[in-house]
Amino acid sequence: MSTSPKTLFAKVWDAHVVKSIPDGPDVLLIDRHFIHEVTSPVAFLGLETRGLSVLFPEKTFATADHNTPTINQHLPVADPLSANQLKALETNTAKYGISHWGLGNPKNGIVHVVGPENGITLPGMTIVCGDSHTSTHGAFGAIAFGIGTSEVEMVLSSQCIMQPRPKTMRISVNGKLNKGVLPKDVVLYIISQLTAAGATGYFVEFAGEVFEQMSMEGRMTVCNMSIEMGARGGMIAPDATTFNYIKGREKAPKGEAWEKALDYWKTLHTEAGASFDKEYVFDAANIEPMITFGTNPGMGIGISKNIPVSHESGSGKSSYEKSLNYMGFHEDEPMLGKPVDYVFIGSCTNGRIEDFRAFASIVKGRKKADNVTAWIVPGSHIVEQQIKEEGILDILTEAGFSLRQPGCSACLAMNDDKIPAGKYAVSTSNRNFEGRQGPGARTMLASPLVAAAAAVTGVVTDPRELI
Amino acid sequence: MAYDNFTILRSTAVPMPIENVDTDQIIPARFLKATERKGFGDNLFRDWRYNSDNTPKTDFVLNNPIYTGKILVAGKNFGSGSSREHAAWAIYDYGFRCVVSSFFADIFKNNSLNIGILPVQISAEFLDKIFKAIEADPKTEIEVNLPEQSITILATGEKESFDINGYKKHNLMNGFDDIDYLQAMKEEIKAFAANSPY
Repeated sequence: MSTSPKTLFAKVWDAHVVKSIPDGPDVLLIDRHFIHEVTSPVAFLGLETRGLSVLFPEKTFATADHNTPTINQHLPVADPLSANQLKALETNTAKYGISHWGLGNPKNGIVHVVGPENGITLPGMTIVCGDSHTSTHGAFGAIAFGIGTSEVEMVLSSQCIMQPRPKTMRISVNGKLNKGVLPKDVVLYIISQLTAAGATGYFVEFAGEVFEQMSMEGRMTVCNMSIEMGARGGMIAPDATTFNYIKGREKAPKGEAWEKALDYWKTLHTEAGASFDKEYVFDAANIEPMITFGTNPGMGIGISKNIPVSHESGSGKSSYEKSLNYMGFHEDEPMLGKPVDYVFIGSCTNGRIEDFRAFASIVKGRKKADNVTAWIVPGSHIVEQQIKEEGILDILTEAGFSLRQPGCSACLAMNDDKIPAGKYAVSTSNRNFEGRQGPGARTMLASPLVAAAAAVTGVVTDPRELI
Repeated sequence: MAYDNFTILRSTAVPMPIENVDTDQIIPARFLKATERKGFGDNLFRDWRYNSDNTPKTDFVLNNPIYTGKILVAGKNFGSGSSREHAAWAIYDYGFRCVVSSFFADIFKNNSLNIGILPVQISAEFLDKIFKAIEADPKTEIEVNLPEQSITILATGEKESFDINGYKKHNLMNGFDDIDYLQAMKEEIKAFAANSPY
């Protein structure tokens, strides 16, 4: 073994390699496996076909989120296909003895919100889920990434997956964030600089003052969107902020086990002199509130800027034109003042309590614009409860908004929360792909502050004017 | 799930010179409600392929009878976004066995290899040559040779090699998968897990 300084990533990865296959992937032990109703049924079917069982059912946790309604959750799910998937999750988890927080359970919510808030997600773990936004859990100093259904079957049957070791990248953002700039803006800025494929093949560590100062909710927002620049995952070294967040949560270690865990977690940081395959350094002063204008998350700009003029050629140029065409936008137009039909706040990116606090800070004392339909969707029942307890619901109600029930909702529009064709949505979710929020829907990704400013003015508005 | 083994594939190809084709385009989320792996090919590229009244969009390549074959050739950063393996299932179920691009998203690449689709990553220059060859003659045949790790435009003989790790190559050529491999090392895994702090 080499004694050269190690990265955070290498420390966690190396601790989980059961075996390295020459000219092949590593066999990696998985500490936590989250499953949901959409990407697990075929994996369970695979187990049955092969006559396999679940090796460590206590390491897998199930929640229903992708395909659940966000109103009237007490009623039977109307769509028979959705109801069937929810039923399959219930049956499969019961059969193999897997913990299941289904629809109606007070712990139910979006998988990447409920894992951390219940202390299931811990530093130094390997965490996977059949969902690309599993990268969220990297905020705790875990190696966390999305997998496909074949891999879900692997983890269920052997608690391992086979992964080629990714390259490493460090992205540092130094300095202090400007007024009105949230973690969402930081990550949209980074993706706009690297492009939607700029970190493909890499595992990213986010470092520097901006992330050190950031709350756990903010760090989760940033790591959540690592996949949107193609990264296998993103992670941030655990520190006092991390430990304070975890302490006392339901599944977190307690007493002596806590002290022991803490000793280990404190070793989880990149050592001075450790090298990365690639490094980027950004200055916080250059980041303003962001918004996307195109059909991938790399197509973002500062909200006060005009839509860039493409200098690409060939298929790059035609892809860019296809994208603006879909959005109904043109090169060199300003984003400010663009009409907004829908506002969505929620998702595993921005469905945590801080996001609703930020949204309420602008909405307070103002009214929802008449032309805007707003969907306000907490990430979990625990978040929903916090919204009520902190008086945020009263602020929202007074301004003409209503609160829906937890779930993935309009982020991927699998349930009935679909933006109609041709309509514009300012969305705090993570993807502005064509049709992502409903066939023909046009998505502009932004922070909860930008979403709030749009919700009360009815057009794309710089939130700094309303703070 | 077992798949057909892959050795040498000789076929015409379907060109899709679009960049950043994400898995939401390959199969939109509303078609992910099945609990079995069946029929996903019908909804492959659903919203690019069909109008909202389910009539085919005549300008989309899959609706153009001139282009057929088991190889899909696409612009860079193919398969980005959602980890849904349904995207790979849809491509396989439609009849493709190989996707060629100058760049693939990681999760899509893994998913493809796990279900028996070969992702072939080639240089931007060679990709451009393939697009031009198909444009000139839609019946152009491409040969993908896995044992040799090469891809050839048969009409001109132009050829490029591609990378794949030895383990995955062996799996694909023999129709094996990772689950078989992991089952065989279960005792080793249990012993390793016994020392895990989690």
